[in-house]
Amino acid sequence: MRKYTPKDTLQKKAYYTDRFWVAPRVPRDEIKEETHFADVVKTLQKYVSESYVELGQLVLHIKPKDNLAVLELLRDKCGYAMCSELSAVDYLAQSGEFEIFYQMLNLTLAKRARVVCRIKQNESIESIVPLFKMANFAEREMFDMFGIYVNNHPYLKRIIMPDDWSGHPLLKTYPLQGDEAASWYEVDKIFGKEYRDIIGPENRDPAKVDRYDTQRFSRVGYEVPFGADPSVEAEAKEIEYSKTAFVNYQKKPKQLKKKR
Amino acid sequence: MAQHKVNYTSSAGLPVALTSIDKLVNWGRSNSLWPLTYGLACCAIEMMASGAARFDFDRFGTIFRASPRQSDVMILSGTLSKKHAEFTRRLYDQMTEPKWVISMGSCANTGGMFNTYATVQGVDRIVPVDIYLPGCAPRPETLQYALMMLQKKIRRESANMNKNVKQRFV
Repeated sequence: MRKYTPKDTLQKKAYYTDRFWVAPRVPRDEIKEETHFADVVKTLQKYVSESYVELGQLVLHIKPKDNLAVLELLRDKCGYAMCSELSAVDYLAQSGEFEIFYQMLNLTLAKRARVVCRIKQNESIESIVPLFKMANFAEREMFDMFGIYVNNHPYLKRIIMPDDWSGHPLLKTYPLQGDEAASWYEVDKIFGKEYRDIIGPENRDPAKVDRYDTQRFSRVGYEVPFGADPSVEAEAKEIEYSKTAFVNYQKKPKQLKKKR
Repeated sequence: MAQHKVNYTSSAGLPVALTSIDKLVNWGRSNSLWPLTYGLACCAIEMMASGAARFDFDRFGTIFRASPRQSDVMILSGTLSKKHAEFTRRLYDQMTEPKWVISMGSCANTGGMFNTYATVQGVDRIVPVDIYLPGCAPRPETLQYALMMLQKKIRRESANMNKNVKQRFV
């Protein structure tokens, strides 16, 4: 039998508190000797400032000006023939920097490596389109979403947002529901600024109750006859349900015969 | 609806039916509503299902047309992004009068769950809407019912479209 512990004081003591909770971090492992990753780091020794393994992927920190040289070495000497993703992370609030990452894939060894560099807010980065064609769209997206200029890009233009959009939506400082220009974008574009008063601001409150909704939409049981003034409070009518819709719950369900 | 059944005994044995121009025109309009083939998002899947064999829009004379010039109804089926709003309005403008708009699903009605910078918060901000369908996504039956309601609405309208004033910026 279990030992008895008194239960009457159980609630007085907090059995759980998140006071000391620390957000889980991805564990960083050392690069083991004589592995593929160790060879990669050795090849790029000149450029890499910090390197470790995260979830089985090699992470290399480099200087932003070396990005083209590092990626070329990775592609030609280490077998990372594919750049699967390229984008940026906004760390402007913490350190005033963007983190730009290049996710590389070695197709023969099934290994992944991430090349990471940090640039200041008003700095630009060299395009890697000469090495990887996929960078064309990815760098355009990075420019669109973060406003990072990419040098020597063949066609640096917004790719997701419209060309005349103002602001870069993936910045942490960009409001989720859009800034002033965003909230009037379609009205200004289609009708012109003078129509703002007629159309009115966007309704961003999902629980908003509009008094005039009764005029514009009819509720079930409060319908007004066609042509009548709906602003006069209509009398509630009893809702007529179809007889077939009723189910008699008092009736006992039919018992199935027991199977042998 | 116009009287299509001729009572030979009452109209002096002649195959004559009397009706008004309004009724006759609206009979024609309401029974050949041609929507624009225009899918915006996942609601378009339900719209396609409504057009296909099981729900069969053709029974109502509703046949999807591939050109705004040949369409009467625009079914806005899904999320409308701000980038696309301009083109939706252009398609609406290209449709010939008389024309009607069905706003299908929560996203088209109010922006729905996309309470973000890139979504139009209700398509009635850019085109005048006749019927709003609730649902996410509305079942094909709902769209069918909406179409029948639109037919009802059309039958009550005047044949002279100038008399049917749309609420906002026609």
